Amino acid sequence: MTPLLDVQSLTKSYGGRIGCADVSFRLYPGEVLGIVGESGSGKSTLLNCLAGHLAPDAGEIIFDTRAEGPRDVLQMSEPERRMLGRTDWAFVHQNPRDGLRMRISAGGNVGERLMAVGARHYGEIREAATDWLNRVEISGDRIDDRPAAFSGGMQQRLQIARNLVTGPRLVFMDEPTGGLDVSVQARLLDLIRGLVRRMGLSAIVVTHDLAVVRLLADRLMVMKGGHVIETGLTDQVLDDPQAPYTQLLVSSVLQV
Amino acid sequence: MPETSETAYNFAYLDEQTKRMIRRAILKGVAVPGYQVPFASREMPMPYGWGTGGVQVSAACLTPEDTFKVIDQGADDTTNAVSIRKFFQKVAEVAVTEHTNEATVIQTRHRIPETPLTEDQILVYQVPIPEPLRFLEPSEVETRRMHALEDYGLMHVKLYEDIARHGEIATAYAYPVTVEDRYVMDPSPIPKFDNPKLESAALQLFGAGREQRIYAVPPYTKVVSLDFDDYPFDPSKAPHPCALCGAEHTYLDEVIVDDAGGRMFVCSDTDYCASRQAEQAA
Ligand SMILES: Nc1ncnc2c1ncn2[C@@H]1O[C@H](COP(=O)(O)OP(=O)(O)OP(=O)(O)O)[C@@H](O)[C@H]1O
Ligand SMILES: [Mg+2]
Repeated sequence: MTPLLDVQSLTKSYGGRIGCADVSFRLYPGEVLGIVGESGSGKSTLLNCLAGHLAPDAGEIIFDTRAEGPRDVLQMSEPERRMLGRTDWAFVHQNPRDGLRMRISAGGNVGERLMAVGARHYGEIREAATDWLNRVEISGDRIDDRPAAFSGGMQQRLQIARNLVTGPRLVFMDEPTGGLDVSVQARLLDLIRGLVRRMGLSAIVVTHDLAVVRLLADRLMVMKGGHVIETGLTDQVLDDPQAPYTQLLVSSVLQV
Repeated sequence: MPETSETAYNFAYLDEQTKRMIRRAILKGVAVPGYQVPFASREMPMPYGWGTGGVQVSAACLTPEDTFKVIDQGADDTTNAVSIRKFFQKVAEVAVTEHTNEATVIQTRHRIPETPLTEDQILVYQVPIPEPLRFLEPSEVETRRMHALEDYGLMHVKLYEDIARHGEIATAYAYPVTVEDRYVMDPSPIPKFDNPKLESAALQLFGAGREQRIYAVPPYTKVVSLDFDDYPFDPSKAPHPCALCGAEHTYLDEVIVDDAGGRMFVCSDTDYCASRQAEQAA
């Protein structure tokens, strides 16, 4: 099977400081990859390089495009990359404010990606927005409210709807449940898991919450100091960690 | 010309080097219809908001043989129009007129004349905010990138919001257009009623002084107002004829005629209305 994403030796430093170094992995269609590691280990740097928000210093990111098969994203022109960013790819930010337009209604937020790829029928855009609000458990009568009037959990669900409306194949998530109450987190995780399964999405989820990866991720990558130090099936890594740091990580969580 | 106290100004105020710089910006604008060309806007002897961008474009276009007309909201006799007209009478000694068909250069704020323009005419717009994406995206870097990549989904988000909130596209002025299937452009705060006239035989130039941008719509350029398939662009017209000349196809202003709440609707283009009245009297 052709991997959806094939990453080779991805490296990014900030001046002299390592962001992420020599990261290689493959993501297959329908697979969810979790990236865990302590604060400053390079998770966000890696995710932002993958999603085209940061330019890496070296490496390859081969994405299996619909039209032309595997292509190096870093060699694409900016318009091509942008098009990918609003069709086949989606990015869910930790802070919904970074991923939503706060001055635009919920419907406009969900409809934006459709309009960006050429939708020009108001009624159809609104129908799609209503449908997606329902799918993320936001009542259709909130369609004209601005996200500022929503709770944190609702904002995060709106951000997910806005991202998934164009039927992407690959979703990047950076701490999607961070900053939310525990009960709200659980509900959101449930929702994300349902959507991922139903839509057959591939996803890369950054988190330092091992409960999140246990619930969502098929495979796990553990990072430290910008390097990948351990990788494997989620249950395997969590139940039988090999690297001393991973052992520490797992045991410290179990103690909580 | 010998330098005397009467000729202390260079023709049309601007020094030749500045004129050359502005003309270059205009030519670039004509070559790339709808694209906002940055230019080094000069201080003019009037405050921003009084059309300093339009004045600089007019100054760079005028020749001694030109006949100049200035309109403000359709009228030739507002303070703004009068002072700009006087300015060019003084610094360029050009002939001036209030008749659209006699003018070769027309500077305007907020209207396009009702009389169809010809290939021999230049229409110069005063523009306060040239960037159609500004209210949606505050970052200049980002709006430039959006223009470069033809990434205009956000414009439709604004129209979507209009319909969601008001049941129709409520934007009545500065209604955005796509020029020659490429750049999205703010036509300046003209009423959307005037948008169809943007497809014209005349050369149209847009000058924004404070924001330092010039853009252009060359003669016979395709100009399409943005809309949705199920909410097509509607230039909308008040359901009355003009109370003075009876015209049924013009843009009307509402005027209060007494202090008992009496009002009437009259042509906003005063020259057009007066000409029709004169014809009817003859
Ligand atoms: N913009 C930046 N400029 C300089 N250094 C940066 C920048 N962003 C991140 N770094 C550094 O790169 C390293 C990796 O940071 P990154 O944000 O990727 O970590 P992280 O794993 O996402 O951490 P967290 O869990 O706190 O979000 C850190 O040493 C960090 O200080
Ligand atoms: Mg991070």
